[in-house]
Amino acid sequence: MAQADELTIRATSDTLLRAQAARKQASAAQFVRWMLLFAGGVIMVMPLAYMISTSLKWPWEVYEIGLIPQEPTLENYTYVLEDGRFFGWFVNSLVIATITTLSALFFDSLVGYTLCKFQFRGRYIVFIAILSTLMIPTEMLVIPWYMMSQSFGWLDSYWGIMFPGLMTAFGVFLMKQFFETVPDDFLEAARIDGLNEFQIWWQVAMPMVKPALAALAIFIFLGNWTAFLWPLIVTTSPDLYTLPVGLASFGDEADVAWELIMTGAAISTLPTLIFFLIFQRFIIRGVVMAGLKG
Amino acid sequence: MSQLILRDLVKRYGTTQVLHSINLTVEQGEFVVLVGPSGCGKSTTLRMIAGLEEISGGTIEIGGRVVNNLEPKDRNIAMVFQNYAIYPHMTVRRNIGFGLKTAKLSKAEKNARIDEVAAILGMTEYLERKPAQLSGGQRQRVAIGRAMVRDPAVFLFDEPLSNLDAQLRTQMRLEIKKLHTRVGRMMIFVTHDQVEAMTLADRIVIMKDGHIQQIGTPAQVYHEPANTFVAQFIGAPQMNLLKAEGTGTGVRLWNGVEIAVPGIQIAPGRPVSFGIRPEDLKSDASAVLSGTVTVAEPLGAETLVYVDVDGVEVTATAPGRTPPRAGDRIGLGLSGDNAHLFDSASGQSLRTARA
Ligand SMILES: Nc1ncnc2c1ncn2[C@@H]1O[C@H](COP(=O)(O)OP(=O)(O)OP(=O)(O)O)[C@@H](O)[C@H]1O
Ligand SMILES: [Mg+2]
Repeated sequence: MAQADELTIRATSDTLLRAQAARKQASAAQFVRWMLLFAGGVIMVMPLAYMISTSLKWPWEVYEIGLIPQEPTLENYTYVLEDGRFFGWFVNSLVIATITTLSALFFDSLVGYTLCKFQFRGRYIVFIAILSTLMIPTEMLVIPWYMMSQSFGWLDSYWGIMFPGLMTAFGVFLMKQFFETVPDDFLEAARIDGLNEFQIWWQVAMPMVKPALAALAIFIFLGNWTAFLWPLIVTTSPDLYTLPVGLASFGDEADVAWELIMTGAAISTLPTLIFFLIFQRFIIRGVVMAGLKG
Repeated sequence: MSQLILRDLVKRYGTTQVLHSINLTVEQGEFVVLVGPSGCGKSTTLRMIAGLEEISGGTIEIGGRVVNNLEPKDRNIAMVFQNYAIYPHMTVRRNIGFGLKTAKLSKAEKNARIDEVAAILGMTEYLERKPAQLSGGQRQRVAIGRAMVRDPAVFLFDEPLSNLDAQLRTQMRLEIKKLHTRVGRMMIFVTHDQVEAMTLADRIVIMKDGHIQQIGTPAQVYHEPANTFVAQFIGAPQMNLLKAEGTGTGVRLWNGVEIAVPGIQIAPGRPVSFGIRPEDLKSDASAVLSGTVTVAEPLGAETLVYVDVDGVEVTATAPGRTPPRAGDRIGLGLSGDNAHLFDSASGQSLRTARA
């Protein structure tokens, strides 16, 4: 035992010495690298810091640049949380993001699996067609969505907000790629054991792509949680607003209440933060596996 | 009477035909090994029996019933795959029990079956573990357990041992053989390893390019190979095939050496292939052939020597205790009794050595 410890210590000090030497050599390049990363970090964190800072300011200070509030206050938080509308929007967002996420996970992986594991005529064309929709920006889709909602009477409803996101081309693509990693042997073994194709997908293939599902869940949840343009367009009654739309409506036309908007935004990041903390091991693995730059 | 019969089985992918009229009858309780080089259609044959692959022509009969149009689950078969195909998210118990998914048994009955199978495989203490906590051999056992639990008429194995290291492979090979004795079911085992084929099989089916080359017991395919392909495929190191021509009472080798081959007449001048296994070509004083050792590989009991005989390299055996060295000139002795003769154009056997 003591000997083992000694060995470890020796090994550790060895490593340290070597590391020191290496550090000196690489220090210049290292310095530049760290500085770049630092700058990147600052740029990423600034908006967040400003959001928190503004949410702690009184209205008279909002337009001042200082990051540290002169007279910090929680007044905005009390106001927002006591305002009944905020809670309603929060629930709207939560329901919509949750349902959309579940639905997209289900359909994306079902379609991805089918495209990956079944040979049928036109498979390639279907896949390309789905992929090509990725190249159309939301801003362009909003008009046909609106016209569609209008003729079906979906305007100003939950369904109207949700329907465009119930299945995503990106998710289909991602899941198709992940199902490639599930060896056919597993599916065939299950087929011999007498499962039907739907059971094979649900009981055998799905559990094997859990990391991908978790990553996709986070992407989709965040996307819906922060969606602004479409919910803004499709809803008219404030009761149906999602959080981002509701927050933007704080204040009146003449005077935007930035401190309240920032407070609401700060509160609304909480669920996403919790989501992240729970799923972060999956998302990191998932992002790495998908080869995406998250 | 339970039998598995393949009649004129054909498989086509588009216009390419990968199986040409396969005919095979497997008797009750028989262990049959399909062996052949990569791409010869072993897996395809097995998968067609399992029902995982469409049948392009011919019939498959299991236990007196044509199963061509039956789903895999209704064919009374079970299959063990090369990479185990056991589910990482389920315990060993659930993995083994998966084979009973569609069986109409109560939960208690299912558990009893699982326990029984686990006991046979020595996996009882691992039942609650996940596959990630098992070794390769244990995982393979789970896969076998999953097949056993259904008590099928036919077990199908597709190279189940090729992911294991050499030692474990030998051990699992033995266990599969014991298992076969114990359950007494038909087993069809695919491998490209001829040692595995020889050790496991009651009968070996040797395939090449979608054609069956020979069906026989291990002794038959070894001692009476039907053609040059089988002769060289079975047995390691490979049989030597030497150019020769008939002399009436024997053959004259490419270098003019004459060898008497009893029990066969070959027309003088007829070109043939003369086959002799390395263990029948020994370094000895008779020196029917002689040449220079190019490489010597000591194996302990024996030494494998590669000898350049008049410009042709042959493989022969030498004693283990006093091995020759590269560069030595040695004499090689052989007996015409051990010779295999093949038509040099078709490669078909003209006569084979005594079994
Ligand atoms: N889906 C397919 N489409 C076209 N040809 C195929 C297909 N699957 C298999 N083949 C061909 O069928 C032939 C037999 O394949 P098979 O998998 O049965 O070989 P095998 O004997 O099992 O070889 P191995 O030892 O490499 O597993 C091969 O030549 C292969 O290229
Ligand atoms: Mg194969």
